[in-house]
Amino acid sequence: MAHDDRSARGIVRDVSDVDRDPELNPPSEPGAAEVPGQVPAVSLGQGHSSVPVVANHDVVDDEIDDPVFVTEKLSVSYGGAPAVLDVSLRVPQKQITAFIGPSGCGKSTIIRCFNRMNDLIPTAHVEGMVRYHGVDLYGGDIDSVQVRKRIGMVFQKPNPFPKSIYDNIAFGPKVLGMKGSMEQIVEQALRRASLWDDVKDRLDDNAFGMSGGQQQRLCIARALATNPDVLLMDEPCSALDPISTGRIEDLMHELKETVSIVIVTHNMQQAARVSDRTAFFIVDMGSSEEARIGRLVEYGPTDRIFTNPHDIRTEEYVSGKFG
Amino acid sequence: MATEVVTNGSGGPDARSVFGPPRRRLGEKAIAVVLFCAAVTSVVITVGIVASLAGETITFFADKAVTVGGFFTSSEWSPLFSDPQFGIRPLVQATLIISAIALLVAIPLGIGTAAFLSEYASPRVRAAIKPTLELLAGVPTVVFGYFALTYFTPTVLNGLLGLDVAVFNGLAGGLIVGILIVPTIASVAQDAMTAVPQSLREGAYGLGASRRQVTVRVVIPAALSGVTAGIVLGASRAVGETMVVLIAAGQLPTTSLDPRSPMETMTAFIGATGKGDVPTGSTGYKAIFAVGFALFVMTLILNTISIRFVRRYRQVYE
Amino acid sequence: MTTASARPARDVLGKPSSSHRLRDRLFVIMLALLTSVALIVLAVLLINTASDGVPEISWSFLTSFPSAFPAKAGIESAITGTLWLMGVVTFVIVPLGVASALYLEEYADSSRWWNRVIEVNIQNLAAVPSIVYGILGLAYIVRGPLSLGRTVLAGGLTLSLVVLPVVIITAREALRAVPPSIKEGALALGATRWQAIWRQILPASIPGIATGVILSIARAIGETAPLILVGAATFVAFNPTGLNSAFTALPLQIFSWVSQPSDQFRLLAAAAIIVLLVILVALNAVAIWLRNRYQQRW
Repeated sequence: MAHDDRSARGIVRDVSDVDRDPELNPPSEPGAAEVPGQVPAVSLGQGHSSVPVVANHDVVDDEIDDPVFVTEKLSVSYGGAPAVLDVSLRVPQKQITAFIGPSGCGKSTIIRCFNRMNDLIPTAHVEGMVRYHGVDLYGGDIDSVQVRKRIGMVFQKPNPFPKSIYDNIAFGPKVLGMKGSMEQIVEQALRRASLWDDVKDRLDDNAFGMSGGQQQRLCIARALATNPDVLLMDEPCSALDPISTGRIEDLMHELKETVSIVIVTHNMQQAARVSDRTAFFIVDMGSSEEARIGRLVEYGPTDRIFTNPHDIRTEEYVSGKFG
Repeated sequence: MATEVVTNGSGGPDARSVFGPPRRRLGEKAIAVVLFCAAVTSVVITVGIVASLAGETITFFADKAVTVGGFFTSSEWSPLFSDPQFGIRPLVQATLIISAIALLVAIPLGIGTAAFLSEYASPRVRAAIKPTLELLAGVPTVVFGYFALTYFTPTVLNGLLGLDVAVFNGLAGGLIVGILIVPTIASVAQDAMTAVPQSLREGAYGLGASRRQVTVRVVIPAALSGVTAGIVLGASRAVGETMVVLIAAGQLPTTSLDPRSPMETMTAFIGATGKGDVPTGSTGYKAIFAVGFALFVMTLILNTISIRFVRRYRQVYE
Repeated sequence: MTTASARPARDVLGKPSSSHRLRDRLFVIMLALLTSVALIVLAVLLINTASDGVPEISWSFLTSFPSAFPAKAGIESAITGTLWLMGVVTFVIVPLGVASALYLEEYADSSRWWNRVIEVNIQNLAAVPSIVYGILGLAYIVRGPLSLGRTVLAGGLTLSLVVLPVVIITAREALRAVPPSIKEGALALGATRWQAIWRQILPASIPGIATGVILSIARAIGETAPLILVGAATFVAFNPTGLNSAFTALPLQIFSWVSQPSDQFRLLAAAAIIVLLVILVALNAVAIWLRNRYQQRW
C-alpha cells in the first residue's frame, strides 16, 4: 500500500518541487533570511555535495511546543576535519526521538553534544547552537558537570561499575548530593527500570555477575537515579539479544511519560517500533572519497518517515535499499 | 506557527534557573595542582642527581691536586693517600673488564633462555621456569656477592676449574654479575621474540623449515631490536652493579688486565670510600662525585640506547 | 577386492636429512642447557647458603645484637632497622607514587612538552644504578641541605628515591588497565573528574597498585649499596629509637659480616641471608596472592 501511495504521488520529485512545497518549506527561524523558492547555497566548507541537500528539514515544526532541545546548524569537527554539519532540529519533551542512518553519519556525535560528552575528546570542536529548555548548552557559564546531572546517558556496551548493584545505582545520587533515603532512591530507580523484582534480594551482588541485558537495564536504572529530565541512549540494544532488546523497548515506552528520550539506533525496525519522531542522517561523500560528512536529511513524525518520506534517500534507506 | 520562547538574540532563560547555581570548582583545580607537583618531584630528583654530581665534580677539578688530563689518562688511582693520585683509568678499566666478562656469560645464557621459553617450552615448562627466573632476579645482590666470595672463588674457580685466582678477583665478579643480569636480558629478549607475529613463523614452516631454522633464521632476526635492547640494558646493569664487585672483586685499583687478580671498579670505589666518614669537601669526598658522575653518564647513555631499541621493536609490531 | 599397500613415508616424502635432524636435536639440547645454567647456579647458591646458615638460626640469633664475638652476635637490630626503613619507604612512595601516576594517566596532556619530559625522566630514573642514589642521599639528605645525618629517616628517604620510579610505572599500568568506559559512565552521571577518579578508577586499580608497592618494598629491602653510603659506619647494636636514630639493616649486616675474614662470621652472614630471603619470599607470595585474588577480569 505504501508503494502504491508513493508512486501515485510521484515520490521521485524534482528538488525544486520540494522547495516550493509550503508544507516542507515553512518560514524559518526568526533572523534567518531566506529567499523563497531559492535553493540555499550548499556550503560544506570543503568540497561540494554532488546532490543538493534538501533545503529545509522541518526546522520549525508546528507540533513541537516547548521543545527540550533545539539545535541550530549544529556542526562537529575533529581536528579541523568536519564530521557532521548543519543539524537543525527540535526535540520534543516526553517523547521518544530516534536518530537513524548508516554508520558514520554522525548520529552518536550529535547526541553526545546534548550532554557535553564531546568535551572529553580534545580534538572535538562544536559549532552552532544547542539549546536545552532555551539555555545555550555551550554558553560560557555552563558547567558540563551540571548538564550531565539533568541529561543522562546510556551507552552502547553496558558499562556497570565493578561494584555491587546497590553501589552502582547509589553513585549518581551520592555524587550529586541528593537528599533523602538512599535505599528508597535505589529502589525507585530499579523499579523504574523494571529491574527491582529481579535483584531486590541481591543488591550486594557484584554487577558483573549479571547478564548483558540485565546490566544494560542496570545502567538505565543508574542513569534514572539522579532523576534526569532527558535520557540519551546511544545504540543501547546493539550488544544485546532480541529478548533483552524487547524488554528495553517496553521499558522505554513506560519511561517516556516522565523522561524525554533520544535514542540513536542503527536498527530501523527498532526506530519504527519505539519512536514518536525520527531523524534520518546520511554520510555525504562530498566531492572526494575522504570527505565523509554526516548530514541530517529528514526529520519528522515516525510513521510519516517510514511510510511517506519526503526525500528519496530516506525512502531508499527505510525500505532497505542501502545502509 | 511555532511558538518560540526565545525572541531575543541572547541566551534565553537564565542558566541558573535551568541548572541551578554553579558549583565552585576551586577544589578540582587544587587537586590537579597537587598531583602535578607530585609528578614534578621526579624531575626534581633528576635535577638533584645531576646537580650534586656535576657540582662537586666541577669543584673536584678545581682542586689543585687534580688535573683534567691526569684524571683521564693517568693510571694511578689513590685518592686517599697522602700524595693522592687521581687517574680514573684503573677504575674504568676494571668496570669494563668485569662488564665484558658478565656480558660474555649473560648474552648466550639470556638469549638461549629466551629462545627456549619463547619457541620450545611447553606452557607447563614455561610456568615452572618463569617464576624461577623471577626468583633469580629478586635475590639481593649482596647475596650474590657473598656467594661469589665464599663459594664460587674457592670451590668453583680454584677447586673445580683449577684456576689459580686470588681471593678477590675480577673473574668471579664478572661471572657472577653475568648470572645476575641473565633475567634482565632474557625477559626483554623473550618479550621481543614472543611479539614476532605467528604469520612469519608459519611462512617459514610452510616452506619446510624445522623449528631450529625458524628460530635462528626467522624469529631471532625479527626480534633483533628487542634482543639488542635487552643486552644494552643488561650492560647498563652490569656497569652499575656494586655489591658483587665490592665484596668479591676487591678494592685494589690496578691496571692489570688479568681478571684473576683483584680489581676495583668505579662502583666499588664509591662504596668503599663512602662507607667511611670522609670529610665533606675533602678531595677524597669530591672524588666520589667525580667517579659517580662518570658512572651516571655511562649508564645514562646505555639506557637511552636501550629505550630507543625498545621503541623500535614495539613500533614495528604494535 | 584390492588392498592398497601402505607405502612407507620415506618413499612418499623422501628421506629426512639426518644431519639436519641431528642439528635440530642438538639445538634444543643446547637451549635447554643454556636455560638451566642460571637456574643451577641459583640452586647451588640457595642450597649452599642454607646448609651454612640454617644451623646458625636460633631464637637467640634473632634476638641478639651484633657483637665482636660471633657466638653472641645476632640480627635483632638489623631486623628492626629494616622494618623501620620499610615503614618510611611505604609512607613516602605510596602517596608520592600514586599521585604522580594519577597526574600522568588522568590529567596530563601528552602533547605538552613538559609532560613528555616527565615521562622520559621517570624511565631513565628507573634504570639509574642504585649507588648513584646513595651518592645523592649522602650529598643532600645526610649532609647538605637536609643534613639529617646517618639516620633512619635519611636511609628511608634514600631508598624511596631508588624505588619511586618503579612504583610510578606500575601504578600507571594499574590505572591504565581500568577500561575508559567506566570513566565515561561516571562522568555521564554528573561526576566531576576527581569524583570519577577517586570513587571509581582508583578503587578499581588498587589491587594492581598494591601489588606494585609490595614488590617495590621487596626490592628496597635488599638494596645495600645506597645504605652503605647513607647508613652507620660502625656496627649498630641497638634497635632504632626513632626517625633520627642511627640504624642498621639486614643487607648492611650481611655485608659487614661478609667483609670480616673470620669464617665464623661468614656463617652468620649465611644465616642472615636466609632470614632475608624468607622475608622476601613471604612478601612476594603476598603480592602474588593479592594479584590473583583481586585481579579484575574486565
